[in-house]
Amino acid sequence: MSFPWANNYTPQHPFMKWMDEKLPVPRLVYNSVGAGYPVPRNLNYWWNFGFMALTCLALQIVTGIILAMHYAANAGVAFDSVEHIMRDVNWGWMLRYAHANGASAFFVVIYIHIFRGFYYGSYKAPREMVWLLGVVIFLLMMATAFMGYVLPWGQMSFWGAKVITGLFGAIPLVGEPIQHWLLGGFAPDNAALNRFFSLHYLLPFVIVGVVVLHIWALHIPGSSNPTGVEVKSESDTVPFFPYFIAKDGWTLGAFLFIYCAAVFFAPNALGHPDNYIPANPMSTPAHIVPEWYFWPFYAILRAFTFDFFIVPAKLMGVLAMFGAILVWFFLPWLDKSPVRSANYRPLYRKFFYVLVFFMAALFYLGGAPAAEPYVMMSQVAAFYYFAHFLIIVPIVSSIERPDPLPFSITEAVLGHDEKPASAPAA
Amino acid sequence: MIRMLSILVGLFFTVALAWSFGNGAYNAITEPAAPTAEHEFHKHPKELELASNGAFGKFDKAQLQRGFQVYKEVCSACHSLRLVAFRDLKQLGYNDDEVKAIAAGFQVPGLDPATGEANTRPGLATDYFPKPFANDIAARAANNNAVPPDLSLMTKARHDGPAYVYSLLTGYQNQPAELLKKFPDSKTGPGLHYNPYFANLNLAMAPPLTAEGQVTFGDGTKSTVPQMAKDVAAFLVWTAEPKLEKRHQTGWPVLLFLLFATVLGNLAYRNVWRNTKH
Repeated sequence: MSFPWANNYTPQHPFMKWMDEKLPVPRLVYNSVGAGYPVPRNLNYWWNFGFMALTCLALQIVTGIILAMHYAANAGVAFDSVEHIMRDVNWGWMLRYAHANGASAFFVVIYIHIFRGFYYGSYKAPREMVWLLGVVIFLLMMATAFMGYVLPWGQMSFWGAKVITGLFGAIPLVGEPIQHWLLGGFAPDNAALNRFFSLHYLLPFVIVGVVVLHIWALHIPGSSNPTGVEVKSESDTVPFFPYFIAKDGWTLGAFLFIYCAAVFFAPNALGHPDNYIPANPMSTPAHIVPEWYFWPFYAILRAFTFDFFIVPAKLMGVLAMFGAILVWFFLPWLDKSPVRSANYRPLYRKFFYVLVFFMAALFYLGGAPAAEPYVMMSQVAAFYYFAHFLIIVPIVSSIERPDPLPFSITEAVLGHDEKPASAPAA
Repeated sequence: MIRMLSILVGLFFTVALAWSFGNGAYNAITEPAAPTAEHEFHKHPKELELASNGAFGKFDKAQLQRGFQVYKEVCSACHSLRLVAFRDLKQLGYNDDEVKAIAAGFQVPGLDPATGEANTRPGLATDYFPKPFANDIAARAANNNAVPPDLSLMTKARHDGPAYVYSLLTGYQNQPAELLKKFPDSKTGPGLHYNPYFANLNLAMAPPLTAEGQVTFGDGTKSTVPQMAKDVAAFLVWTAEPKLEKRHQTGWPVLLFLLFATVLGNLAYRNVWRNTKH
């Protein structure tokens, strides 16, 4: 599962030799994140976000486990137990702000990681499985984050839970029973809060499992790279350790700097003030909005305002919201261009930037009030979103003439490479 | 095949969106949304400079003590502060005896040790601030059908919270004639008070800070209405986030350390890659 020139693990110490025979964990580490994993030498900084995402996951699990030691998942005391953490638990305020902002940091990193994939065609063969597992991780993250936001049992927790579980009510015939079954009642209450806490604790470990598969699947073909040309020879790669450990390490420092600046100096900037009001089923907030990382999909949900033939507007919105993510699963087969990197795809590159623009618009519009002109703007942005993935990408990949590719990574970096006498076309 | 299907699904969603857009645009043109008094006359909070603002912000303990005095003598008649205990007041610079004396000045719910019947007793330092009303029904009955909200987290529970509290307390005024001319149905109802800083412009709370000298500050600060409003806003910043100062103090060493680690990491990176073009 690696290149023939990869460094081979040779234990020196008798204990390590013994260990290698019985349980070769050091070998596994060496081959996956050590000197035994050759990586394309030309990876740019957009490739550093996977490592940051892994750090965020670890950070969320550590802070989350400690918070769970002090939190009480009961509708009667949940809100006050969070305030107990903020006021009376030693460093509780720091743990809670680190966890709440950690979720946001995780999503910032993951969105960049995903858009890196869109630009450089990371989803294409032979890495389809890496991509599919990545989308699964993203869906699990969304479920985990949603349930985590319910736990403080503030106004937005309660009404967010009510709106999101209400989406299942849009399913014809069985929608309402499903909604009641999910909540364990007619509206969010203690039953819902308890099961959300249970699942919020479980899902991160499921994410860890899928992350292991994601990295495993990545290590079979090896990492992609900004040229999109596959690795051909030893000169195309450098060992992960120390080269990429050093590169990932220093950018991790920069990332943690920004993250800690938010934790210590603007910890509530991304939160909603209404969540500092205890949940009150009798008082509906003026604007119910989810956390910022759901805004693009929330904007898509709200963009469907009129019944479409026999499909009610609400059902249409729910289909579109889930469809907007599910479409990513099909991307490896919708984009049939043999060229991976948008650096060599002039037409696709233009549409990629249009997608970035409209995605940014959806981010803004999902947090805006559900009134004109925001709804009409959401409709335009959502129109492009669906057109991009389902119509433009398949057509562009058929009609586009890509720019010539470099022969190899080495040639792209050094300007020359020793070509074999009968060089196969790239 | 999959691409044909994909284009069909894409057309389904995009045509549905175009349909929603067309209908929405038609409605927006034929029946433009009516303007509302809230939309046109609601004001954003005034600027408020507090010592706790900014990344170097610290609490001004003298101001917090003045703010506490305003809460105790004015606000606490109707508003609870249920997340704050008397012991927390030590953070405002009171000593143990002063805290005990303050606590003893409040009557908190208790039990008669002889009969077990509910009664009240003087507060202890470990008690939390008592609620002024037994329950929401009693609170509504005494306050024109509005429940005075708990103030513990007020400055975090509103956008631009400290400035909001300050603006609301100093923002009472007569309803502008212009508003009534434009929206004749929006006359402030009986028992309500016009305040442009409140979301729906009309508030059940009567102006609580009305006259200079309503509270006599021990430190000699002149108790004008804006001064009292500012001090109580500062106090409520503390009740909402008592660890704010510690957070700021912790943040700077953390950032300095990370800056150092990042620079060191960058130098290590340059060193590792010095002979490798990439």
